[in-house]
Amino acid sequence: MTTDVLIEVKDLKKEFGRQKALNGVNVHIKKADVMVVIGPSGSGKSTFLRCLNLLETPTSGTILFEGTDITDPRVDINEHRRKMGMVFQQFNLFPHMTVLKNMTLAPMKLLNKSKAEAEDKAMSLLERVGLRDRADAYPSQLSGGQKQRIAIVRALCMDPNVMLFDEPTSALDPEMVGEVLEVMKSLADSGMTMVVVSHEMGFAREVATRVVFMDEGCIVEEGSPEDIFTAPKSDRLKSFLNKIL
Amino acid sequence: MYFIDFLLNSPGPVLASFMERFRSNFIIDDRWKYLLSGLKVTLIITFFALLIGLIIGFVVAIIRTSFDKMDKPKKGQPFRKKLGYVLLKLINFICKLYLTIIRGTPVVVQILIIYFVIFASVNIDKTLTAIIAFGFNSGAYVAEIIRSGIMSIDKGQFEAGRSLGLSYIQTMYYIITPQALKNILPALGNEFIVLLKETAVSGYIALVDLTKAGDIIRSRTYDAFMPLIAVALIYLALVMFFTYLVNKLERRLRSSDH
Ligand SMILES: Nc1ncnc2c1ncn2[C@@H]1O[C@H](COP(=O)(O)OP(=O)(O)OP(=O)(O)O)[C@@H](O)[C@H]1O
Ligand SMILES: [Mg+2]
Repeated sequence: MTTDVLIEVKDLKKEFGRQKALNGVNVHIKKADVMVVIGPSGSGKSTFLRCLNLLETPTSGTILFEGTDITDPRVDINEHRRKMGMVFQQFNLFPHMTVLKNMTLAPMKLLNKSKAEAEDKAMSLLERVGLRDRADAYPSQLSGGQKQRIAIVRALCMDPNVMLFDEPTSALDPEMVGEVLEVMKSLADSGMTMVVVSHEMGFAREVATRVVFMDEGCIVEEGSPEDIFTAPKSDRLKSFLNKIL
Repeated sequence: MYFIDFLLNSPGPVLASFMERFRSNFIIDDRWKYLLSGLKVTLIITFFALLIGLIIGFVVAIIRTSFDKMDKPKKGQPFRKKLGYVLLKLINFICKLYLTIIRGTPVVVQILIIYFVIFASVNIDKTLTAIIAFGFNSGAYVAEIIRSGIMSIDKGQFEAGRSLGLSYIQTMYYIITPQALKNILPALGNEFIVLLKETAVSGYIALVDLTKAGDIIRSRTYDAFMPLIAVALIYLALVMFFTYLVNKLERRLRSSDH
């Protein structure tokens, strides 16, 4: 294993009762990779992503994160989750806290940062996404696009080594999709490792270093955006692309 | 009978006899003081019982929801985790037993058992007995209120907390419970009102609460109408007052957008 592999997934399987969501997924995620996961509804994209930080407990298989098998029950998963930011389709901001409090809670409780330190970092991140003036707002006072940008910087406050996105723009009004993708693009440009489940094919083409096509709980095809979009090999990918493009 | 008398008599005598009966029931021998001290006892029992109920209810609710959320331990997990699971399972069972017993029996029977059976051999203050009895009773209902409050919070909130690296307990403490408590404040206010009325059975252990006070006056003056209607009016006034407060709180919570 080369040292620039951040996450290595081996034969990952997940069953919900009798429902098989993942049927043996193998994948390497290297540092600074931007891996976009595409595939039809129910193909296991979310389950795959949620297994990476163990929000879903895999039925079998291993996930090496920075060399540690985090599926080992003896591992303290909280330690590792600090280094894996996650952004949800439904934003999941904490509605009873201001934007600033949303962003400083975890760094203060988990990284032992002082309030001033945590707020400094939060403010500079807010600056980066153009929301410095909303620091004292509550989530309900924000637009969807603003909420998602806050959710992204909230995760960044923990200085993660990888960011996981599960359809971050699917719950947004069309006119707000752009502002969120913009933030994600600049994050990718800054060298962040990202795994993105998305239906935004434009983003995948432009930003992804690798595109993974999933169907029925398996990775059917993977490659560079050009390979996937201009020279798809499998019939399933071809018919999927026909439907969505 | 008195009531019918009251209606049949002509207005002049009615008023005169009303004043006379008012005097004999409330003024003579300072009988109103019974009502006042009874009211005090009722309020003290209600207040402290709710406090105990909140503590018990909170603990039971957290245990029940934690157990429901917990995965069964798998092979290869450290012994510590398996032991934790078994322990929690046992405590969860005890909580369920508590809820079933308390909610399945009348509160009068519970207070009688606590006073005459459990505390039979110890000389314990009756007010304290009532507080404990109603506290344990209320705890069962509060537990279910809080549990429904916790379950009403979107699971995305929980996942967002955990994905940041917060532990289960930290997520419950900083993220879930504050939101749940806000949602259930009105229901807890109602529980307080229900409790206030339920303490009227405190007389069964010879405790002079508001109801018992009215009854004592009745036994002295042989007049049922005056003292019992007075007691009813006091309860009604209290309940209306607290209902007003709860409604106001509910409106405030609903209008605040966070
Ligand atoms: N918590 C769950 N319980 C039971 N079955 C589940 C659960 N989560 C997912 N599944 C099932 O697992 C399969 C994969 O679901 P998943 O959500 O990963 O798909 P997806 O590719 O993200 O789909 P979408 O594009 O609709 O989000 C589906 O058949 C789904 O019904
Ligand atoms: Mg999904």
